[in-house]
Amino acid sequence: MANALEQIKSAIAGNKIMIFMKGNRNFPQCGFSAATVQIFEQLGAPYETIDVLADPEVRDQVKAFSNWPTIPQVYIDGKFVGGCDIVRELYETGELQTMVKSATGSAAAH
Amino acid sequence: MDPTEIQQMIERGLPGAVVEVQDTTGGGDHFEALVVSDKFEGKGLVERHQVVYATLGDAMRARVHALQLKTLTPAQYQNRR
Repeated sequence: MANALEQIKSAIAGNKIMIFMKGNRNFPQCGFSAATVQIFEQLGAPYETIDVLADPEVRDQVKAFSNWPTIPQVYIDGKFVGGCDIVRELYETGELQTMVKSATGSAAAH
Repeated sequence: MDPTEIQQMIERGLPGAVVEVQDTTGGGDHFEALVVSDKFEGKGLVERHQVVYATLGDAMRARVHALQLKTLTPAQYQNRR
């Protein structure tokens, strides 16, 4: 238990953009995970992913840790941003680009 | 799960809210909901979604695979129409 939680915390702390998803960026196992990574691909932002399907404990623990019942889950700069809907909404309003830019210090593509 | 059941759970948890729920795949576990409530005033998106998830309780964990959410305040809803 503690291991999964530690893994989650250090992934969030160690990566400016951290995505907990089903599958990986090349082979997403769920449409919502796919849509989420696609947005970050479009932004050209460097991001890291963890496949929650690979470890049921990580899957359960990240839901509890974020107080969020679904996957994917996106963290930017250590802060929980939300799931697919919120990321999409923030992308459409341009807020996501601002968040990514300030987190990574690089200009987002859009 | 029936979309009406989800709609009723959200309405019970958020009295006065306008709630529309659709089954997006016809399989009874992927849904899309529009929720308009004055309880969302002053709240960010994460908090708004958490409020809605809370009304669904265990159903969200056990029976619903995905719930796409659009959360608006009454003012935002008016502007959209």
